[in-house]
Amino acid sequence: MSKSTNRQAVTRRSDAGKTKFWYRLAYLLIIIGVMSMTAYAAAPYPDVPKGKGDQCVEDTEFMRANHMELLLHQRDETMHRGIRTKKHSLKNCMECHVVTDESNRPVSAENPKHFCRVCHDYAAVSIDCFECHASKPRAKQSN
Amino acid sequence: MSDQTSKVNEYRRKFFGKAAATAAMVGIAPGVFLHTIARAKPADEAVSSEVRWGLLINANKCADGCNDCVSACNDENGLTGFGRPETDAQWIRKVTLKDKRTNHVTNLPLMCQHCAHPPCVDVCPTGASFKRADGIVLVDKHICIGCRYCMMACPYKARSFVHETLTDQVPDVPRGKGTVESCTLCVHRVDRGDTPACVEACNTAENGAMVFGNLNDPNSDISKRLASEASTEIRGDLGLDLGVRYQNI
Repeated sequence: MSKSTNRQAVTRRSDAGKTKFWYRLAYLLIIIGVMSMTAYAAAPYPDVPKGKGDQCVEDTEFMRANHMELLLHQRDETMHRGIRTKKHSLKNCMECHVVTDESNRPVSAENPKHFCRVCHDYAAVSIDCFECHASKPRAKQSN
Repeated sequence: MSDQTSKVNEYRRKFFGKAAATAAMVGIAPGVFLHTIARAKPADEAVSSEVRWGLLINANKCADGCNDCVSACNDENGLTGFGRPETDAQWIRKVTLKDKRTNHVTNLPLMCQHCAHPPCVDVCPTGASFKRADGIVLVDKHICIGCRYCMMACPYKARSFVHETLTDQVPDVPRGKGTVESCTLCVHRVDRGDTPACVEACNTAENGAMVFGNLNDPNSDISKRLASEASTEIRGDLGLDLGVRYQNI
């Protein structure tokens, strides 16, 4: 009889301990949440240059996540099947998203202000495209 | 009743209208349509083997000392040298032959011959060297590993290897270090219905030594010329069925 009461008391104590633990965890999570939110808000978001026209060829959010897929697909279509639609072509991207320097000349991907560089530098993702591809429209022949 | 009659009349009118339109298409349009097909394909349409692009080069009209095709090619494709002729990219070159017996000098431009059975494609270990459906032989530089087997295999020494880091490439012609490249028959121009830069330059110089066109279309200028005049392939003995043919060599 006395044994069983003892056990009951122990269980009750541990119940109280568990509840305390969960409360503490919840506080901790809230604090972490608030801190990370403020950190996120304070983090420098890349200042993405605006392209020509009102709207990109696809939704901006979609392009942010999937532009590489579109480019990869278009690359094979153009290379092997000669399909040269402008919509998803890298050349067309470079024409709309051209960034100019102080003297109003288009900058290449060597310049950190280049449209692609701004985000890719921020996300620390290297771009291999421009080892071969032009990163700016061809300058008009002036001779 | 009259309502019924008017319906019938309407039907008849439509029928005759369509019949007349069809007759017009059959009677007048074929020439027009064939012409458009030969000119340019829509940008969203894949190339097909119904077309085979080719060149006919008349060596007698190729002027001694004229280098216009080479400079036009370099300009169009952004081929800038490093002052090292041994390794600088060269997609087209002037070849001068002299017959020692008669002292007759023959000039001709030599570039990728766009073989129907290209040895460069046979030897490529990655599938980077390929022939497009319309007969243009290209290098997919995304896949090229720079092994240069194709350069060894080519009987015409038509290919170049890019040895150095490049900058300021032309948007239509991506080129990069560590890959092999050669004449693309100005594929970006051909796809929009233009002729290759070398052909245009040759015509501008009023030499008219080069004719570009569809070898599969019997009504094209090049096919008519080939049918009526003698022409030959360089190293025709190899049986590669070349897209580029020469006269007077």
